[in-house]
Amino acid sequence: MAASRSRWIRSRHGSDVDASPLRTRYSAWNLLAASRQGHRDWAPAWRDAEPKARYDVVIVGGGGHGLATAYYLARNHGVHSVCVLEAGWIGGGNTGRNTTIVRSNYLYPQSARLYDFSLRQYEQLAAALNFNIMFSQRGVLTLAHSRHDLDAQSRWANAMLCNGIDVDLLDARQVRDIEPRLNFGDASRPARFPILGGFIQRRAGPVRHDAVAWGYARAASALGVDLVQNCAVTGFVKQGGRVVGVTTPRGEVRADKVALAVAGHSSVLAGLAGLQLPVTSYALQAMVTEPVKPVLNTVTLSPSLGAYWSQSDKGEVVIGGALDHFPSYAQRGSFDVMQHVIAATCEMFPSLGRLRLLRQWAGIVDVVVDSSPIIGATPVAGLYVNCGWGTGGFKAIPVGGWTLAHQLATGQVHELAEPFQLDRFRTGRFVDEAAAAGIAH
Amino acid sequence: MMQLRCPWCGPRPENEFSCGGTTAIARPPLSCSDEEWARYLFLRENPKGEHAERWRHTFGCGQWFNLLRDTASHDISAVYGITEPRPRENPA
Repeated sequence: MAASRSRWIRSRHGSDVDASPLRTRYSAWNLLAASRQGHRDWAPAWRDAEPKARYDVVIVGGGGHGLATAYYLARNHGVHSVCVLEAGWIGGGNTGRNTTIVRSNYLYPQSARLYDFSLRQYEQLAAALNFNIMFSQRGVLTLAHSRHDLDAQSRWANAMLCNGIDVDLLDARQVRDIEPRLNFGDASRPARFPILGGFIQRRAGPVRHDAVAWGYARAASALGVDLVQNCAVTGFVKQGGRVVGVTTPRGEVRADKVALAVAGHSSVLAGLAGLQLPVTSYALQAMVTEPVKPVLNTVTLSPSLGAYWSQSDKGEVVIGGALDHFPSYAQRGSFDVMQHVIAATCEMFPSLGRLRLLRQWAGIVDVVVDSSPIIGATPVAGLYVNCGWGTGGFKAIPVGGWTLAHQLATGQVHELAEPFQLDRFRTGRFVDEAAAAGIAH
Repeated sequence: MMQLRCPWCGPRPENEFSCGGTTAIARPPLSCSDEEWARYLFLRENPKGEHAERWRHTFGCGQWFNLLRDTASHDISAVYGITEPRPRENPA
């Protein structure tokens, strides 16, 4: 398929009579015009580059955060000599393994600023990247099953309001209006986990995760960034204690600055540079059912049961849960947690109980003690990290890329990233974000 | 699901246990620097591969013990007492 397309492109360019540039911009007009050619004159979305000998910045990890960092380096700061090195394929790690939810319902002001900046970037990302990321702001609904849940959620929602984040507290009837298929029980058979209320952040919702990776990759590539796939970093080149490049099976790549955006593998890469991080890697699983007609209106989350649900545009019910509770680099997840999450699904949505599971998988997440990220410089000169997002990295892709690019280009910590420096593990100034996980870990 | 061998109860399913993380982390003297204390509290090797870690048979005998477990394959190569030293690799 790919070979026949490239042959066709060559023959087309070989013909002087019929030569016209390939289409790069996505629009209704271009879609219509391209249909006359049978859609054969679209340019590849990005260049699959070979690594050069040196760059201003090398970014390790071609997931959302790495690609966003590269894009904002080029777009916001005019730094175009940038290379993204990816061990597998673009967006094949946690960017393609999450449950695609974007929200900013955090508790503390530092987190609220960070994640709401990210949410606002997501709201305009499709236009900025000229790539449809399919952001569906259908709301994230968090359920309360007890008096304690109601009290805790009042505090949580009021903290959000103080931080200027939209939120509505709901009573049981309002929850039923929004998501009628939830298990409310009845007089003859009361629900085991009664729904007393909840709260909703209406601007939150799912984003097509692959589109985020592909959109950033395409936009970064168009600005001159080299994207190199199937090229694992095997070590660092150091000069006088300073990182000045990386080694790969395709040779040495030198750079003034090297940034790691490798999530669950942060410790492994940092270890190659002689650095330990306050990170532990765990498997976080997700699963989808067979596709069905629209049955779920929102993203619904039950912190007490440790599971959450949404429906993809294809119709699959997307189910997420809590971490596997032991360190792991295996991208599959344990049956114990899977069983727990499925039991929670059957309890909260009895009508989904007969659906078959299509797929189950896990991503390796980088958990730190205060459930807040680390964005910035390390004790190793020339080496920077963007890690520690734990179970919630996807929603933070724009702000992670934006703030790290700022620091790489200007040498100054971005205002939003100031509370999230590595030094906080020495000073004890944590942002102990209890709301980070959304569900109890 | 993993099966773990409790030194007291024998092989049991993973969900009877809780993982206590990296084992045998030596506490530095209380007069140490903030850097040293932060390293003790928070910095971890977090290896992809063999990891010496402690587990508790929480929903069984309640005993703590140590494991050598591969974090990528989940293979367990040694089970040893909570106060025993880490077995040497490849005793052959």
